[in-house]
Amino acid sequence: MDLKTKALTRSLWVFHLSTGSCNNCDIEILDCLTPRYDVERFGIVLVGSIKHADVLLVSGIGTRKNADRIKRLYEQMPKPGFVVAIGACACSGGIFRDGYAMAGPISEIIPVDVWIPGCPPKPEAIIAGIVTLLGRLK
Amino acid sequence: MDNKKKKVVVPIGPYHPLLEEPEYFALFCDGEVVVDVEWQAGYNHRGIEKLCETKSWDQITFLVERVCGICSTSHPFAYVNAVEDLAKVEIPERARYIRSIVGELERIHSHLLWVGLAGHFLGYNTVFMWAWKYREPVLDIFELITGNRQSYAMMKIGGVRRDVLDEDIPVVERVLDELKPKLEMLTQAVLDDPVLSARLKGVGVLTAQDIKDYGAVGPTARASGVAIDVRRDSPCAAYGLVNWQVITCQEGDVFAKAVVRLLECFESVKIIQQCLEKLKKNRGPIAVEVREIPPGEGIGHYEAPRGEVFHYVRSDGTNRPVRHKIRAPSFVNIPTFRASCLGQTISDVAIILAGVDPCYCCTERMLTVYDAQSGRKMMTGTDLVRLSQEKTEKIKQKMGKNG
Amino acid sequence: MNDHIGDLIQKRFTEKIKEVKTHSSHRVYLTVEKEDLLAVADYLFREKGARFVIASAVDELNQFEILYHFSFDKEDVMVSLRVRLTRDNPEAPSLSGLIKGAAWIEREMHELFGINFVGHPGLKRLLLPEDWPEKVYPLRKEFFMTEKKEG
Repeated sequence: MDLKTKALTRSLWVFHLSTGSCNNCDIEILDCLTPRYDVERFGIVLVGSIKHADVLLVSGIGTRKNADRIKRLYEQMPKPGFVVAIGACACSGGIFRDGYAMAGPISEIIPVDVWIPGCPPKPEAIIAGIVTLLGRLK
Repeated sequence: MDNKKKKVVVPIGPYHPLLEEPEYFALFCDGEVVVDVEWQAGYNHRGIEKLCETKSWDQITFLVERVCGICSTSHPFAYVNAVEDLAKVEIPERARYIRSIVGELERIHSHLLWVGLAGHFLGYNTVFMWAWKYREPVLDIFELITGNRQSYAMMKIGGVRRDVLDEDIPVVERVLDELKPKLEMLTQAVLDDPVLSARLKGVGVLTAQDIKDYGAVGPTARASGVAIDVRRDSPCAAYGLVNWQVITCQEGDVFAKAVVRLLECFESVKIIQQCLEKLKKNRGPIAVEVREIPPGEGIGHYEAPRGEVFHYVRSDGTNRPVRHKIRAPSFVNIPTFRASCLGQTISDVAIILAGVDPCYCCTERMLTVYDAQSGRKMMTGTDLVRLSQEKTEKIKQKMGKNG
Repeated sequence: MNDHIGDLIQKRFTEKIKEVKTHSSHRVYLTVEKEDLLAVADYLFREKGARFVIASAVDELNQFEILYHFSFDKEDVMVSLRVRLTRDNPEAPSLSGLIKGAAWIEREMHELFGINFVGHPGLKRLLLPEDWPEKVYPLRKEFFMTEKKEG
């Protein structure tokens, strides 16, 4: 493992992007930061700009109005960077799959590294997903 | 419109999950002062109303649950009210209590969520952590009685889907008993804090006339002295069978909105406790069977944590609706920004926008300040929140307090 | 004031109310011509102090219908004004001058149903993506969710 990867696995900075989700996944992501789950102890921090982030957390199916912006954000992410699709919508389209304003699921817009299904996935599941990602990196 | 070109434009958005129906706000600023607001919606538009026309009556409860994850029982609640209004169905008494319990638990968790995020915007991250910590036991109750932390799937046309088990009732009661002193502590901490008073009082005032003009609802309206609450005005479920009060404030500023929300949590606890007592005595079915939905139209509304949720359904006698109109409270609350933001300083905007609780659910948001003339980026990311937090810090120092 | 609000409106606008449907004591549907809409809405909103809840359009294949829902919170009555519009030229007067809160929903109905609101200050797009084709209205019945990718 080179130095870069080692540094990366010790402190993942994540940027959270909601693209037509119903807020469920989004509040569960935030929940991960609060005292009960407290992912900061693993060095995981939510950041306000994609340019500071190692991981792009995407929730929601990706609406047509958003598709371009998702791509642009992905391009702006410093590499190596990873994309995590959170929730049934981001993974497969979920209940909104047939909607007329949909461009997703996310994997059709940008490459996805980790899928975390669930509607919404519990904070434990989200943490498990991120840990799986870390395990792969090592 | 010409003078707008000379102003600095502050775009908020577009795609951040700040709002239930994420939007793009452009704040036109003259120096520090906001002179105009423009908005554009639809980044979260999923076409749910069209999707509803392709689903059967029973499936729609699951779909509308996902209109908004934070009010995930309010939309099904209003929807089943609408269908029951159409089909003239009376639900059993036990189902009424269970519906109210779920609805009020959701209100507590949603209001705590708001208090936490409002604290974050003001630079009081302790409030954020506290409020969300106290919210966790509420989610545990949800998991206990419905099986899920969010999206509870409890509503069903004609009643509720699951019963509340007798052995779960003492657990719920214990959690509520433990929650109450914590809520009291949090409420006192927020209301007595001189810095919060200085930050929130007189900020983003909405008058009763504004509320009427925009048709605003929920805590936004009640904080301006407009005492509307669907639970009292049009009692559905068990709200007519238990004692509780509608909380109002007169000032209309962000502080009043915080007061209304915090005090409402106590009313919710009261309602749940009474409903649990009644549940112990009341045995009976939790649902009536609804086989067919007759042709016609029905209207249902319910007081979500953010205000009135309105559902209109029309049936032609088949197993799908012909039309299903959903109006979330944020749809009428968000346009009030035009009344509340103008003339305010830019550092207050974050909290004013947060004040109506536009169903935002993120701490990291795409806020960028552009210079309108050159299009040059002047500020990045979360600077608007930072501005707000810095203002709190200044006030703290002025008051001779540290940290 | 013991009269039901539905009766009051009928008394006031006798021949302008084309049809009354009382679903229950809490729900009244009144049909008016679109020319009379502003007058009746003004009476409900300004004089009677009703709260404007929302409007909802319905595609009835041969015509459009718009329902303007007004709530009388104290009396627990929802009054819905029904306006029928022809399909080839769907046009209704805008309520946004009277009720600020009506501006958004009229924009929404404009883009999703293609109904024109006369006198609206800015009938811009509200919800649909920028690349959405003109003259395609997703909530009309002829719009099906067909062009879906396979797989």
